Amino acid sequence: MMDLVTILLPILDSTMRLATPLLFACLAGLFSERAGVFDIGLEGKMLAAAFFSAAIAYTSGNVWLGMLAGIAASIALSLIHGLASITFRGNQLISGVAINFLAAGMTVLVAQDWFKQGGRTPSLQGDARFGPIEFPGAAALADVPVVGPIYSELISGHSFLVYIALLAVPATWWILYRTRYGLRLRAVGENPAAVDTAGVSVIGLRYSAVLICGLLCGLAGAYLATGLQAGFVKDMSAGRGFIALAALIFAKWRPWHALGACLLFGFLQALSLRPDAVKILTRVDIPVQLLDALPYILTVVILAGFVGKAIGPRAGGEAYVKER
Amino acid sequence: MDKMPHWADIVLIPIISLILAAFFSALVILAIGESPVAAFTLMVEGALMRSAGWGYTLYYATNFMFTGLAVSVAFHARMFNIGGEGQAMIGGLGVALVCLYIPWPHWSLAILGASAGAAIFGAAWALIPAYLQAKRGSHIVITTIMFNFIAAALLNYVLVNLLRPVGAMDPASAKFPSGTHLPTFRDMFSTADNILFRGSPANVTFFLAIAACVLVWFLIWRTRLGYELRAFGHSESGAKYAGISPVRITVIAMLISGALAGMMAVNTTMGESERLILNATEGAGFIGIAVALMGRSHPFGVFLAAILFGFLYQGGAELALWTSIPRELIVVIQALVILFTGALDNMVRMPLEKMFLALRRRKA
Repeated sequence: MMDLVTILLPILDSTMRLATPLLFACLAGLFSERAGVFDIGLEGKMLAAAFFSAAIAYTSGNVWLGMLAGIAASIALSLIHGLASITFRGNQLISGVAINFLAAGMTVLVAQDWFKQGGRTPSLQGDARFGPIEFPGAAALADVPVVGPIYSELISGHSFLVYIALLAVPATWWILYRTRYGLRLRAVGENPAAVDTAGVSVIGLRYSAVLICGLLCGLAGAYLATGLQAGFVKDMSAGRGFIALAALIFAKWRPWHALGACLLFGFLQALSLRPDAVKILTRVDIPVQLLDALPYILTVVILAGFVGKAIGPRAGGEAYVKER
Repeated sequence: MDKMPHWADIVLIPIISLILAAFFSALVILAIGESPVAAFTLMVEGALMRSAGWGYTLYYATNFMFTGLAVSVAFHARMFNIGGEGQAMIGGLGVALVCLYIPWPHWSLAILGASAGAAIFGAAWALIPAYLQAKRGSHIVITTIMFNFIAAALLNYVLVNLLRPVGAMDPASAKFPSGTHLPTFRDMFSTADNILFRGSPANVTFFLAIAACVLVWFLIWRTRLGYELRAFGHSESGAKYAGISPVRITVIAMLISGALAGMMAVNTTMGESERLILNATEGAGFIGIAVALMGRSHPFGVFLAAILFGFLYQGGAELALWTSIPRELIVVIQALVILFTGALDNMVRMPLEKMFLALRRRKA
């Protein structure tokens, strides 16, 4: 039993940390897609935010300024997405692809220009990073069997943004299902013509959703570069935007389920970092590559509708044309 | 009546989009403290002024023709195949198996076998997303993205655990036997005292890519299947009433698309590295999207756009070599091309349409 705790606890601990950027990005996608704007550019926004938060945190020595810069960069890309897919009624998927490449290229280009370290930022130290927050009594309780390590390692001792991500889940639920804004947001993703008839601006609502998406992707990126890791490296988002997208589908566009999906996918990521632990736990030699691919395979299975069908917002991906 | 003449649609809009992309790229170069004119001159010199430069440009162009055609065929049936990258990876696996386990007497036979292997494996990788789209209504874009990642994991597993020679450290297959060596441009065009295309990877697959362009053109505009494909892309319900099966067309379009993307591996895996390596595709599957958008999904347009991107790729490598501009500049240019020719198409189109309507009114 103790053995299990000593193996599992570090994995669960890193699950929390690895799930955080997924959760931010997943909720970001949830706002956007619930409003009827597909977003496969989560990855790019996260990457841009990671770079700018690390860059500004390094130059100013202040992680909060870095975070704001990351959010600003992510929102700027969101506005491009909004311009292309809402104002000019372009293809939302193509716009997302363009944003991913724009971020992948620009971050390295600017990083090379600013820091001349081959497309990365110098590593961050001290106040330029989000440090762990120790909960009261964590140190005192650490020696209590089972409960102590869980409290002091798993629950306490994460950085600020981990807790914000967890709080964002009920907040998203509340906004979506308990406010007038949320009702309209969901309606505009299902039937924009009805919202328009009721005298609410479809374009305004969709832009607001895309901006919230940018804000949350900005937090995801800021956490990646200043919380999870200490600085920006090229392509550091490493497909997390797409895993978040997978989690969003897996969760069928619902906030609480998104938390579950992100924790599951974060757990899989944590496992693939510890192949030795997997072997001890399962007594089977599971290839690391299978663990890497599992979030995507699960999503395809869900999409295939063999285990509960995933149906997205009905007006998703389509620009709204008023004069019809 | 159309809002504007056909030539404006296929020539003017891509050119304006290209100019916009070039303008913003120039701004980016300026912003990082380099001269756009000097950068462009360097790119032209490195990519087009020497035969070795052309050898690289055409090598990259070969990849982009295949992936561009792959995206185009799917576009004609109004599907967005974003999975060219994964299909090309798995196509590479097909090429490797064919080259490693069949003793080929001559390259001319080997290239046929390898093309078949690449096409079959690429098509197979597109089959599941196609089936899911056709039968279960799962969105092809999402499934093909997922399949890109699954392909990368699968290839990693196969290379590390199955195909890696005993004792080798890097995740790659054994070297292909010499019977599969494809003639490079240097082998083909050099004379005893004038060596051309020195050290560059362009090879006979380039002509295979041109043949693929012609074949795709024939398929789309001169066959019944191509007509059905375009009809389906134009209006799904219309095609259904005309007796065209959506399931059949979706699956066939994606199989062709996957096969074309897979065939890119003949160029990279058989023509260049001569063994299967982990990152043989290098994002060419995604560049296919830019190429198809730029080329307006027409094989001739794809051909031109592929050469343009081949030039950008080779020119970008030269820039990275001689200046402080990293190779990622090309990724930015690629993003801008996708943005302006794809997503912001209406931004260019709407004012133009207004202009042409005004012109016509004045004439009338």
